[in-house]
Amino acid sequence: MRYDVLVEVRLRPGIADPQGATIERALPALGFTSVRAVRTGKAIRFELDAPDEDAARAQVVELCERFLTNPVIEDATVSVEPAR
Amino acid sequence: MSARIGVVVFPGSNCEHDVAEALEGLGGRPRLVWHGADDLGPLDGVVLPGGFAHGDYLRPGAIARFSPVMAAVERFAAAGGPVVGICNGFQVLTEARLLPGALQKNRGLTFLCQPVDLEVVSSRSVLTTTVEVGTRLRIPINHFEGNYTCDAATLDQLQSEDRIVLRYLDNPNGSVADIAGICNARGNVVGLMPHPERASDPLLGSVDGVGLLRSLLSAAAVLG
Repeated sequence: MRYDVLVEVRLRPGIADPQGATIERALPALGFTSVRAVRTGKAIRFELDAPDEDAARAQVVELCERFLTNPVIEDATVSVEPAR
Repeated sequence: MSARIGVVVFPGSNCEHDVAEALEGLGGRPRLVWHGADDLGPLDGVVLPGGFAHGDYLRPGAIARFSPVMAAVERFAAAGGPVVGICNGFQVLTEARLLPGALQKNRGLTFLCQPVDLEVVSSRSVLTTTVEVGTRLRIPINHFEGNYTCDAATLDQLQSEDRIVLRYLDNPNGSVADIAGICNARGNVVGLMPHPERASDPLLGSVDGVGLLRSLLSAAAVLG
């Protein structure tokens, strides 16, 4: 089976996010005065072949732990869906 | 015998020749080592130089960590060999888990390229054995991701085990506890954001990096 995978890497709670803070500071100048708690991250999409969804998810989790995130400062949310 | 220092070259490294020239000028015998090498050959020390290994894609050091040479560097470090990561090299060492913590984007999101004032905090690392604690040094930094961070338990450990090697006197990037450089428990693996090779000749405006490089050479010579 082929799966579409989306990994969203984000800074762990409590880790300072200078990019998010800078975006947040810029928003009032554009008239957006009610935005708060801006956090940035990155999205990584790929396709993966695996026997089933559990196996696909297990591979993605390992991939996140070993490579796509630095667990010292980042964690990730993973979405795995059958490829369309 | 003069110390043989391998200077690792990743695709995107850009300080390898500066490091090699500085070490050679101090009597060392540097040799460039391509990142694809499985074996370091006969060496007494290793430097991971500054630059943008593998384009800094994903995260600085994240891909370099899996370069073939890193397995050999890990073996060399495990055997007690001196390993120094400068700037991007420090980032590689944290990604490789040879040093704890991580380097994130500078506070204020500014790329910093300027001389900074530092204090030597520990003399038990291979980079500072011949430098007195409390010595002040003025050495350039050149980085976007130099903001050292780690959890509270790791910071306690670094402090109680005397593993903070260099501290900023006027913290430029937001690093926790003003940390500019740290070492492993044994003191043979050191990472630092400042570039000692850029302060190794009067023409460069400072020779404050010479003591650090000499320490590395003498630690390596002992091993050799």
